[in-house]
Amino acid sequence: MHEMSLAVAVVEQVDGALRDEPPGTVETVRLQVGELAGVVPDALHFSFTLACEGTVLEGAALHIDTVPGRARCTPCGAEWATGMPPRLHCPDCRSTAAALVAGRELQIVSVHRADHGTVPAPTPASEEN
Amino acid sequence: MCRVVDLQQAVLAENDRRALTLRTELAARGTTAVNLLSSPGSGKTALLEAELTLARSRGVPVAALTADLATENDARRLGRSGAPVKQILTDGLCHLEAEMLRGHLDGWLPDGTRVLFVENVGNLVCPATYDLGETLRVALCSVTEGEDKPLKYPTAFGLAHLVLVTKSDLADAVGFDESAFRAHVQQINPGVETVLTSTRTGEGAGVLLEHALAAHGNAPAHRPVMARQAPPREHHHTHSHHDGAVHSHS
Repeated sequence: MHEMSLAVAVVEQVDGALRDEPPGTVETVRLQVGELAGVVPDALHFSFTLACEGTVLEGAALHIDTVPGRARCTPCGAEWATGMPPRLHCPDCRSTAAALVAGRELQIVSVHRADHGTVPAPTPASEEN
Repeated sequence: MCRVVDLQQAVLAENDRRALTLRTELAARGTTAVNLLSSPGSGKTALLEAELTLARSRGVPVAALTADLATENDARRLGRSGAPVKQILTDGLCHLEAEMLRGHLDGWLPDGTRVLFVENVGNLVCPATYDLGETLRVALCSVTEGEDKPLKYPTAFGLAHLVLVTKSDLADAVGFDESAFRAHVQQINPGVETVLTSTRTGEGAGVLLEHALAAHGNAPAHRPVMARQAPPREHHHTHSHHDGAVHSHS
């Protein structure tokens, strides 16, 4: 299960990125995970909780935005949802010269923090989703 | 007050940086790295032993790293070829990462090595996510594993530069449907070459070595569709998020 290695990488990168920020509690880490990235979101959630223990991210929630796979045909420009397993032939012209537009993301998007010394304001629902 | 810090960093950024460094260093030494992926028991080690032996007989300097959770059995088997071989024990980890290669290369890889084969941990899921600095990635599947294996493990087969079918001598006995297998490979990796091999009959002997030598110093001839995605916007320096990318919400 490589999700544990990925979760540790997320924690290390977030920790490193926040080192020079004012102290605060990390409430949410937001990731983009593509449908074709080869990652199981449930396993990543489970691993993330363990990887956060004893770090500045302890108690943080993980929010994963799943990105559907999409491909575009180079010759005819058609764009389609690849599905899983992906279909990478153009459904219109049958060309094999396609490129992915989306679906391989494995990206730390942002971190939501509550600053120390201030009372955290209620977070609008739109921030969490 | 809740603050949102934009990071926009690839989760694998550190591994990818190390892989790029390795690829550059190996290229400067004239060495091409080949990453071999398959499920356990598909015949990676048998095929690799045959290819190492062939390379030695042709006078091509090759070397191999072989990874397993435990035992040095595979290094002993591969060592029979006479090529320099080193075992990587992952102590339970299910895949190799670029940094794990580094410690095994320094002070070991002989100068003048043309091809370094890296036999990954037998696993079609986790190793597929990690770039090891290889120039050629090869996915293997034995005829006993079923024609739909490429569809079940699309990341491993979809990112391969070459697909090898192993144990082709057993194809008839197990009713292997070669055309269905080829069609499934083409669905997820259009244009990739698929070659049948058998270390028993010698079918496809040398194909791995020849592809590795052809990739020497060049980009692979095949570029998988799954590898062709413009990377998302990324900050290359860990601290570059300070460039005004902090928003405050209250």
